[in-house]
Amino acid sequence: MQPFSHLRNFINKDRVFDFLVPEKSINIDTSHNVLLYVEGLTVSFDGFKALNDLNLYINDGELRCLIGANGAGKTTLMDVITGKTRPNSGTAYFGQTHNLLTKTEAEIANLGIGRKFQKPTVFENHTVFENLELALRMNKAILTSIFYRMNSEHLDRIAEILDLVNLKQHARQMAGALSHGQKQWLEIAMLLVSEPRLLLVDEPVAGMTPQETEHTAELLTSLAGEHTVVVVEHDMAFVRSIAKKVTVLHQGSVLAEGNMDDIQNNPNVIEVYLGESH
Amino acid sequence: MANAINSSFLSMNNTTREGMLSSRGGNVFLALLVVVTLLASVGNQLFPAGSALHVDTYTITLLGKYLSFALLAMAVDIIWGYCGILSLGHGAFFALGGYAMGMYLMRQIGDRGVYGNPDLPDFMVFLNWSELPWFWQGFDFFPFAMLMVLLIPGILAFIFSWLAFRSRVTGVYFSIITQALTYALMLAFFRNEMGFGGNNGLTDFKDILGFDLQSDTTRICLLLITAACLGVIYLLSQFILSSKFGRVIEAIRDSESRVRFVGFKTENYKVWLFVYSALIAAIAGALYVPQVGIINPGEFAPLNSIEVVVWVAVGGRGLLYGAVLGALLVNFAKTHFTGILPEAWLFALGALFVGVTIFLPRGIVGLLSSRNKSMEDKP
Ligand SMILES: Nc1ncnc2c1ncn2[C@@H]1O[C@H](COP(=O)(O)OP(=O)(O)O)[C@@H](O)[C@H]1O
Ligand SMILES: [Mg+2]
Repeated sequence: MQPFSHLRNFINKDRVFDFLVPEKSINIDTSHNVLLYVEGLTVSFDGFKALNDLNLYINDGELRCLIGANGAGKTTLMDVITGKTRPNSGTAYFGQTHNLLTKTEAEIANLGIGRKFQKPTVFENHTVFENLELALRMNKAILTSIFYRMNSEHLDRIAEILDLVNLKQHARQMAGALSHGQKQWLEIAMLLVSEPRLLLVDEPVAGMTPQETEHTAELLTSLAGEHTVVVVEHDMAFVRSIAKKVTVLHQGSVLAEGNMDDIQNNPNVIEVYLGESH
Repeated sequence: MANAINSSFLSMNNTTREGMLSSRGGNVFLALLVVVTLLASVGNQLFPAGSALHVDTYTITLLGKYLSFALLAMAVDIIWGYCGILSLGHGAFFALGGYAMGMYLMRQIGDRGVYGNPDLPDFMVFLNWSELPWFWQGFDFFPFAMLMVLLIPGILAFIFSWLAFRSRVTGVYFSIITQALTYALMLAFFRNEMGFGGNNGLTDFKDILGFDLQSDTTRICLLLITAACLGVIYLLSQFILSSKFGRVIEAIRDSESRVRFVGFKTENYKVWLFVYSALIAAIAGALYVPQVGIINPGEFAPLNSIEVVVWVAVGGRGLLYGAVLGALLVNFAKTHFTGILPEAWLFALGALFVGVTIFLPRGIVGLLSSRNKSMEDKP
């Protein structure tokens, strides 16, 4: 739309008047060094308790692995934290002040909680580049979107992330045409451009080759510290390669928590989880 | 290095996906719109009746009517084609815009009505009303009436969509309540006591802004204004929908919950788009009424709104000029078909819809563009 491009440039305040952009810094109180508080969480589906009085505390900057058999409630926990499912009882706080249970999905995302779904969910009818454009961390208001023009800072950010996940040559391709593994990567890339404080990553290496799995492990470890990462994974080799601290879920509650060696020697865990696979 | 990446992204970003194609098709559409309306006007004004190049006034009015239908189709395409929200009630916004315009035109009749009452429209005299009801106040003032053309449907669309989208009503449930909306309004407007002329509606208009509605020049002006509105609204909508906002809207169509997790308040986006679309429908209605000379509750009929959806499906949803093309083709067919076999029209329409849904899911424009694309793909 040539006739409008000047107008667009002019109205797009973050290009013309940098000082007019409200610096939307969200205050997350982690003075007790805990970023996520989950207490007494219960979710029941028609009487079946997918989560049963679950308690979980995630420290700021930590990389935590959640393991547990299929149906243990890992995905349901992420659903509650991200606002998709409302629990029957319990609390979930982000920092000390943000009650996640009263917020919508979008509000939670804007607080800085990003999620990678178990089943890769990308916008299939948008290009890889557009997927990242949508996920970019920025003001998500309507007028901002209408008058938005990609600036060099955002372009650089997207280019950098595309490089990181090896999707640069696919930037113009429809996301729907990517392979399963590439979709996983794209979704991780979307998570990265949104620069979340807390990343919830549900089974990231499903469908990846061993090299890709290794790459993912490196990536997630490098993110910890600056970001806080919670990873759900079945692949025990993968978990061992990244996690310092592991939480085992069983029938909707925490069964054990500790480092990998403690977990592997925990009799309860051996009985209900590791026991089955050995 | 970084610069090279940037520039390649930049050029890419300007020609995203169907961007090129739709803007080329859009330019053809705009050019045709200008040429046809100008030729029709010139043909009507400069060539005497009987000349081979003469365009009669009937054709001018018909063209104006088609173009206001095209605008209505564009409104439906914006919400359905781009955002996947199937509104089967856009006829309501069209009719409300039309009624607001009709009320202005009624007030312009003054004492030239059958009863010659300078203060009241004929139907109110007939109902033995002694004074103008409050909601008719101000409609003799053109700018006020135009404001109401936008305000009434806009507020209704806002409240309606806000309630529906906040409670996350989607899909077929939403479609059904839009049908209910337009049906309820139809029943209300059929009632004489509502004060909008009951089942006769508003008619017998004389002039608009002092220009005789029967004169050729007025009719040509109305046609040109309709064409101009269509062109300007097309450009504005194309601008909005090709922005990041448009990509959010299409993402909502494909996977709304995912868009929420990315941080967009999808309800707000949908309400905004729905109101925008309703306003376009209202403008279409306001342009329609002075050209056809009547507005009655029949315009609220649920079937009318469904017909619009058929136009869009035939033309090709998801592209604005596809909706325009569909509206023009189906209405052209309707005019000729109902002349020959009026009873069969609804069956033909139904068959058309089924046929298009099965064989041309992206409509006529989809057919053209896929052919174009395969040509472009060849080196
Ligand atoms: N929407 C739902 N309705 C009914 N049951 C559900 C629903 N979502 C999850 N469940 C059940 O809750 C349990 C926990 O599921 P989930 O959290 O997906 O487990 P995990 O991710 O640990 O494999 C499973 O038994 C599953 O069948
Ligand atoms: Mg799961």
